[in-house]
Order: sequence, then structure tokens, then C-alpha cells
Amino acid sequence: MFAYLMKRLFQAIAVMFAISLISFAIQDNLGDPLRELVGQSVSEEVRQELRDELGLNDSFFKQYTRFAGKVLQGDLGTSYFFKEPALDVILKKLPATLELVLGATIIIIGVSVPLGVYTAIKPNSLFSKIVMGISIIGISIPVFLTAILMIFIFSVELRWLPSFGRGDVVHVFGPWSTNFATVDGWLHILLPSVALASIMLPLFIRLIRAEMMETLQSEYVRFAWAKGIRPKRIWFVHALKNTLLPVITVGGVQIGTMVAYTILTETVFQWPGMGFMFLEAVNRVDTPLIVAYLIVVGFIFVVTNTIVDLIYGLVNPTVNLSRMDA
Amino acid sequence: MSMMADHQGNSLFARIMNSNMAYSFKRNPVAIVSMAIFLIITLAAVFAPLIAPTDPYDPSLYDILDSELPPAWTNQGDPKFLFGTDDQGRDLWSAILYGTRTSLIIGICAVFVQAFLGISIGLISGYVGGRIDNILMRFADIQLSFSTLMVAIIFLAVSQALFGSETFNKYALFMLVGVIGIAEWPQYARTVRATVLAEKKKEYVDSARVLGFSSIRIMVRHILPNSLSPIFVISTVQVANAIISEASLSFLGLGMPVSQPSLGSLISSGFDYIFSGSWWITTIPGVVLVVLVLVINLLGDWMRDVLNPKLYKG
Repeated sequence: MFAYLMKRLFQAIAVMFAISLISFAIQDNLGDPLRELVGQSVSEEVRQELRDELGLNDSFFKQYTRFAGKVLQGDLGTSYFFKEPALDVILKKLPATLELVLGATIIIIGVSVPLGVYTAIKPNSLFSKIVMGISIIGISIPVFLTAILMIFIFSVELRWLPSFGRGDVVHVFGPWSTNFATVDGWLHILLPSVALASIMLPLFIRLIRAEMMETLQSEYVRFAWAKGIRPKRIWFVHALKNTLLPVITVGGVQIGTMVAYTILTETVFQWPGMGFMFLEAVNRVDTPLIVAYLIVVGFIFVVTNTIVDLIYGLVNPTVNLSRMDA
Repeated sequence: MSMMADHQGNSLFARIMNSNMAYSFKRNPVAIVSMAIFLIITLAAVFAPLIAPTDPYDPSLYDILDSELPPAWTNQGDPKFLFGTDDQGRDLWSAILYGTRTSLIIGICAVFVQAFLGISIGLISGYVGGRIDNILMRFADIQLSFSTLMVAIIFLAVSQALFGSETFNKYALFMLVGVIGIAEWPQYARTVRATVLAEKKKEYVDSARVLGFSSIRIMVRHILPNSLSPIFVISTVQVANAIISEASLSFLGLGMPVSQPSLGSLISSGFDYIFSGSWWITTIPGVVLVVLVLVINLLGDWMRDVLNPKLYKG
């Protein structure tokens, strides 16, 4: 277990190192920090002097170590547009994105587990067939199209729900203000979370169904039937527990995909989160903010993936054996 | 595949008609309908220049006075424009035909890139094994943990900022094919590697090795043809995914420009007008996109059931 842990940590660090190299290369090539600082009107000699002073003429290696040192201290540069530390800008936008992801996750778990289990237990019932039919249609609709259609139906035609922004938020502490405290906040978060959930739901329903069906075929479940255990106990205690193991791994990998889809969802609903901010930063060529976003998102990816792998290693002892001698 | 046909006396067509797949195809109405719709859409896309009433790439052909006309079957519709016009006065029907073409080209080419990279890496990884296998699969793990869309968004966003949107728009097609192609290779590599590991132990590989064939020949001519069915199955799903990715990227403004729209950029250009009631600019390309992806997915599902590669999940 210890060797496995070390291996995973080493891989995480290596990936973070690669991300920091890419980020640094982007920062190095995108935009000119001198022009942002002094504008066009300064003579060439003063520019050269400034370049020396800022260390822009140093070797790549020297510049990179300086960059990495700053990043480790939490200094990701200052946003050109907001005139604030880039990390602060992102941390201010982070809660909105996290609440959106949270809302979507609750919907995904709440809907996919019952539906997945039901379609596995009764694969031939009409309801199961309808669920499976809808799920393949769901996979085929891109998330932004679901979002647009929902806006068109619920905001433009029926006028039931708001189509953009976060609405009334209640300040909790620090940069975090929540949508879940007011009715208006709930109404605002409803459409975006359903849209974000819609892309993952079919995948999870199908996955839970497939795993559950496989588990129901296994020896120990047959033994449980023979023992005369109540069906509900077999389904929800014996079978479901083992079904959830692969679901956790896939779920962990999907967190990364979710981050990408938040960019799409936030753009459609103009949700003031990280993803929307990133696209605005790209349009403004706000290099420090782009780089900071890369590092923060890369960090979230690496941490969640490592944790998911470690949990999986803990829960499933067979992983260790196959991976440790690899 | 063609080389297999060479050795047979029967014609290829007769062999296809007698195969397992054709048998199950003829008995599966969903597969038949999906295939028919897919063929219609593909043919319409291939022959777009012949079918389309106007050339959507030529701005001199559209008239701003025709802008935002609803489809022909509605009250204010103009019979000249079957599906109405967009905000520039461009005929939506022509734009959709050309857009479908662009989306299909990007989807299929991207999957070719994926398949080429993934199959080569998977073959090497599975056949050679050892340290090389380890390193390649570790890369695949890492690549998979970053979602394709995320990688594509960041890569395209940075290159757009780096090259400026004019240069970017010129090469958008190649960039989309490249980035979707490169980001998804592990899907193929893993599947191919798994089948290679199973095939490698079989006797025909041993005998080929004893005959003194080179590793490359064994990999490409002996193992690869026996690993084709899972490759077919993932290919359909991958084409569907690539089309969705392309549409999503174009929707964000990181893909095809509005002057040479794909289905995604058409949907995107109509989104601004949906609040003023011009639903058709977004909805009609959206329906085409969903139907196209849906039939490909249904065909993929059918193919998976027929070929039933056990390695494929989800």
C-alpha cells in the first residue's frame, strides 16, 4: 500500500510539474508584460533596462524557477483586467462554480442510482425501456443545446424560471456567497444544474445498470437468494454496495469532465463562475488570469484523481497487486 | 480487409450479405432506420454544393433585408428560404447542408487521427510489453484523466489568443481535427492493447514468430485483423463524441468561424436571437446535430450487441 501511495503521489507531482511548465510557456509567449506596464511610448533603451530589471532576459531555466517559486507561495501574478491578484479573482469565482457542480452532483446521484438499480432489476419492463431510450437520446444531445432548449422553454416561452445570473445570493463568509439560502437563488441555480447534470445522467444510469446486472449474476447474490434473504436487502445492501465501486472511479474521472462542461453551462447561463471568467480572460488576452486558471484547474484535477485512486486502492485490494508490480 | 477478400473465391458482396452482421441488421428495425437516416444525412452533406440553393460561404449572395425570416411553412415565411434565414440574411437550409458537411468531416478525420495514434500505440504497448508498455499506459492514464473537452478548450483558447482570430479562423478546421484527434487516442490504445494481450498468447502468433516474420508484420498483418471488432465499436461512438466536441467548441467560439459554419457555430450564432423569438436559427441546426449523433450512437449500440466485444464498457 505504501509503495502504491508513493507511486501515485510521485505521478501527481510529475503531472503538476508538466502543467506548470506548460503554463509558464504560455505566460512566456502570450502578450508582452512590458507593454502592459508602460505602454508604447517608452524608448527602446528604457525598455531594455526594464527587461533586465524584471528578469525577462534571464535564461529559461532561471525564469522558470522564479515562476515556480512564486506559484508555490500562492502568487499567480496580477490580472491585467481586474488589477487584482489572479488567484483572488479565481477564488472569488470558485464558489459559484462549486455550487453549480454540487447542484448537478446531487441531481445525478439522486436520479441515476434509483433509475440504474430499477432498470437492472427489471430490464424488460416498459419503464426500463423508456429510461434506456431516453438515456441514449440524452447522450446524443450536447450540454449547451440542452441548456439552450431549457432556456427557450422555461424562460422565453413559459417565463417560469430566470435564464441568466445567480440571482439573490446570501453572503456566508470570505468569498463564498450561497445560492441555496433564498427562493430566488434556488430558482436561478435550477436550470444550470439540470443542464450540467443532463450530460452525465445517461452515462451513470447505464453504468450503474451494467454493473448491477453483472453483480446480480454473481455467486454470492445467488447464495443470498438461496438463503432466503428479502429481495430489498439483496438489491440494496448486497448488490448495490459492490456496484458502487466502479461507479466511484468513473465518477472521479468525470469530475474533470464536469469542470469542462461548467465552461459550457456557465457560458449559456452567464453564470458568474470560473468557466465564464476563463472565456472572458481569453477574449481579453488576460495572460496571468489564463495561467492562473490553468494551474488552479490542473491542481483540482490532480488532487481529485489522486484521492479517487487512493480510495479505490483502499476499498479494492486487488488493485494493489496488479498495479504494484507494474 | 481487402486482402482477406483476395484469397476468397466468393465475391465480397456475397460474403457480406451472408455474414452474421447482415443477418442481424436485416432483423433490427432500429438499425435499419438509423442507417437510412445516417446515409441520407451523409449523402446530403457530400452533395451539399449540388443541393444547396445558395453558397453560404459567399457573403455577396445574401441580403440583410432578408435577415431573420422564419421558415417557409410559417405565416411570415418566404418560400425562397425553406428553413428561414439567419441574422445576416443567409439561407439556413444551405448553411445547414454545408455545416453538416463540416461537422462530419471534422468528426471523421479526428477519429482517423485517434485511431491511427491509438492503434499504433496500443499495438506496440501490448506486443512489446515491459517498460515501454508501462510508460505508454501511464501516459494514457494521465491523458484520460484530463477530459478531452478541457484540453481542447485550453489549447484552442491559447492558440486563438496567440495567433489572433484571423489566422486562427483560417486553420480552425485543422486545429479541431488535431486537438480532438490527439486528446482521445487512449480510448483506442487501451482497447487495442487489451485485445493484443489476449491475441498474443494464441498459437497462430507463435507460429508466425517461428516462421521468422518481423514484429511489425506480426502486429499489423496477424494481430490487428483479429482485433478489429472492438475497434469498429469504439469508432462509431468516437465519431459521435467528436461531432459533439466540435459543436461544443464551435459554440464557445473556439471552433469554426461563422463565415464557414459547422452545426455548432450555427447554433451559437442563433443563440443571441432566441430571446427575440427567432427560434429556428438555433433549433433547426440543433435538431440536425442531435439526429446525426443519435443515429450514429444507435448504430454503435447495435454493432456492440452484434460483435459483443467483452472489453468494451460504458
